[in-house]
Amino acid sequence: MTVLSISDRPTGADVLIALSDVSKSYRRGAQIVPVLSRLTFDIRRKEFLALMGPSGSGKSTMLNLIAGIDSPDHGSITVGGEDITLLPEAELADWRAANVGFIFQFYNLMPVLTALENVELPLTLTSLGRRDRRDRAQLALSLVGLSDRVKHLPSELSGGQQQRVAIARAIVTDPTVLVADEPTGDLDRQSAKEVLEIMQRLNRDMGKTIVMVTHDHRAAAHAKRIMNLEKGDLSYLVEQRLE
Amino acid sequence: MPLLLSYSLRNLQERKLTNLLTATGMALVVFVYAAVLMLDSGLKQTLVATGEDTNVIFVRRSAEVEIQSLIDRRQARIIESQPEIVIGAEGAPLVSKEVAVLIAQPRRKTRQASNLLIRGVGPAALAVRPHVQIAEGRMFRPGSNEIVIGRALAGRFEDIEIGSSLRFAQREWRIVGRFDAGGSGFDSEIWGDSEQLMQSFRRDFFSSITVRLADRSGFDALKARLEADPRLTIEAKRERIFYEEQSRLLSGFIQILGLTLSGMFSLGAVIGATITMYAAVASRMMEVGVLRALGFRRSRILVAFLVEALLLALIGWVVGILLASLMTQVRITTLNWTSLSELAFRFVLTPGIVLRSLVFALVMGFLGGFLPAVRAARMKIVDALRVA
Repeated sequence: MTVLSISDRPTGADVLIALSDVSKSYRRGAQIVPVLSRLTFDIRRKEFLALMGPSGSGKSTMLNLIAGIDSPDHGSITVGGEDITLLPEAELADWRAANVGFIFQFYNLMPVLTALENVELPLTLTSLGRRDRRDRAQLALSLVGLSDRVKHLPSELSGGQQQRVAIARAIVTDPTVLVADEPTGDLDRQSAKEVLEIMQRLNRDMGKTIVMVTHDHRAAAHAKRIMNLEKGDLSYLVEQRLE
Repeated sequence: MPLLLSYSLRNLQERKLTNLLTATGMALVVFVYAAVLMLDSGLKQTLVATGEDTNVIFVRRSAEVEIQSLIDRRQARIIESQPEIVIGAEGAPLVSKEVAVLIAQPRRKTRQASNLLIRGVGPAALAVRPHVQIAEGRMFRPGSNEIVIGRALAGRFEDIEIGSSLRFAQREWRIVGRFDAGGSGFDSEIWGDSEQLMQSFRRDFFSSITVRLADRSGFDALKARLEADPRLTIEAKRERIFYEEQSRLLSGFIQILGLTLSGMFSLGAVIGATITMYAAVASRMMEVGVLRALGFRRSRILVAFLVEALLLALIGWVVGILLASLMTQVRITTLNWTSLSELAFRFVLTPGIVLRSLVFALVMGFLGGFLPAVRAARMKIVDALRVA
């Protein structure tokens, strides 16, 4: 069973994301492998949270659950007051489109689309017209310093630039929460620093709530809070306040 | 262009060779399918064009073709005296009492004998069928052993050209002209004087009688009256319907054989498309995962991959129909199984065939893309992203 140790759990309006008694296990052949067991914790609005822990500790699973791309075996996950575990498949997709921005370790851009088109892609799910979509995508790219790379294909961009395009794609719909899974895991130190500074700026200046999974202590240091998730016989969650 | 459509299109360009091979397979099937329909259409068009709606043909009751039919002179006189028949410029009713006989004539290229239809016609034959015109030389003189040949015969048979003679029915027949019947079945016939031909073939019966009506609406009354007349053992049909019916046996064979072949080939093309699309899905699992994570519903993913398969099919259709359109330059000759005479016709491409082959290609694309698209749409997001 997961034991929670959070010194000052936020309450009421402060809470954006609330995991309550969440369990998740995976089937590996005939074996069922528990990953998260009865986990309860909250994430505040405008928080920049780094989730750390060894491989297999369940941090990516937790991120997937928060982002609504995986579902728990048990428990509830509330984001902005809405229990996303109750949403049917199609509505959950709509919810993700409106509320979640994704940043992946390997950028995961569409290789056949230009930087601008990659950023525009999530906007095709909105009611915006083509010109508005283009304008917003341009703006998002300028926020990550890539105004001059709009027509480049991902293959024509460096890793750091691709990740910045991915960040622009994540913020272009103005989502409630940004989830980042090892966003600097594939980058050199300088590019990683630039990406993390952009994420810090998004959190500080634009009030974006960010949940980031990372192995890298230097990356985690850019977050406002770090949580350590470990799994042995007992998984436990430790909160480390940086502020 | 919508972004997701553009995405599908560009992905097709990414895997050029595989997609090109798949589209080529589809193009060949579309070509076979369209060619079969064009062949059938050409046959029907040729035979349907042979007849005219204002003309009525009389044959012996239950005779399907003229060579099975016998009408004696007494019955012929009753038929030609009917009031519905238009009177020609020379004051005589527009009636052509005809005899149809098959002769074997060697083909120029293969030297193999093939059936040629000799039609003995009356003096009013050209007035009864205005679409038949003398294109070269002149019409045969009544009462002579002169004949005229159809346009489609030129160059196909030994000794069939203006100025030469043809020997059949114990007589030499001199070719004095060539007529153009507008691509109809008459273009594959030889015409001569019916009385002369009947004498030579030693028969005293006509095969058919074709009359031109003053008003095409007079057909029903004429048919009802003459078919009920106890002196007559004839059947009246609109000329167009009569020749259209002659296309049914061969047309049915072409359709069954051709469409069965197309069906079997299309199975191969569908399997090819399925393999291509499965490979496309497998190589783009990460992209599927990302699209789903971004909020694209399963149905949108399904549509995106189906659109790709349909675009492949569309390319195959364009190439296939272009290839098929080249076939319009080809004229083929075959034995009409109903009349047992040789018939020349062209592949005819109609808007209906273009549309049918498009639907055919899209159905192939849909069937080929459906299972891979379903697989892509049903993929779990975390599994798809894990592949990345």
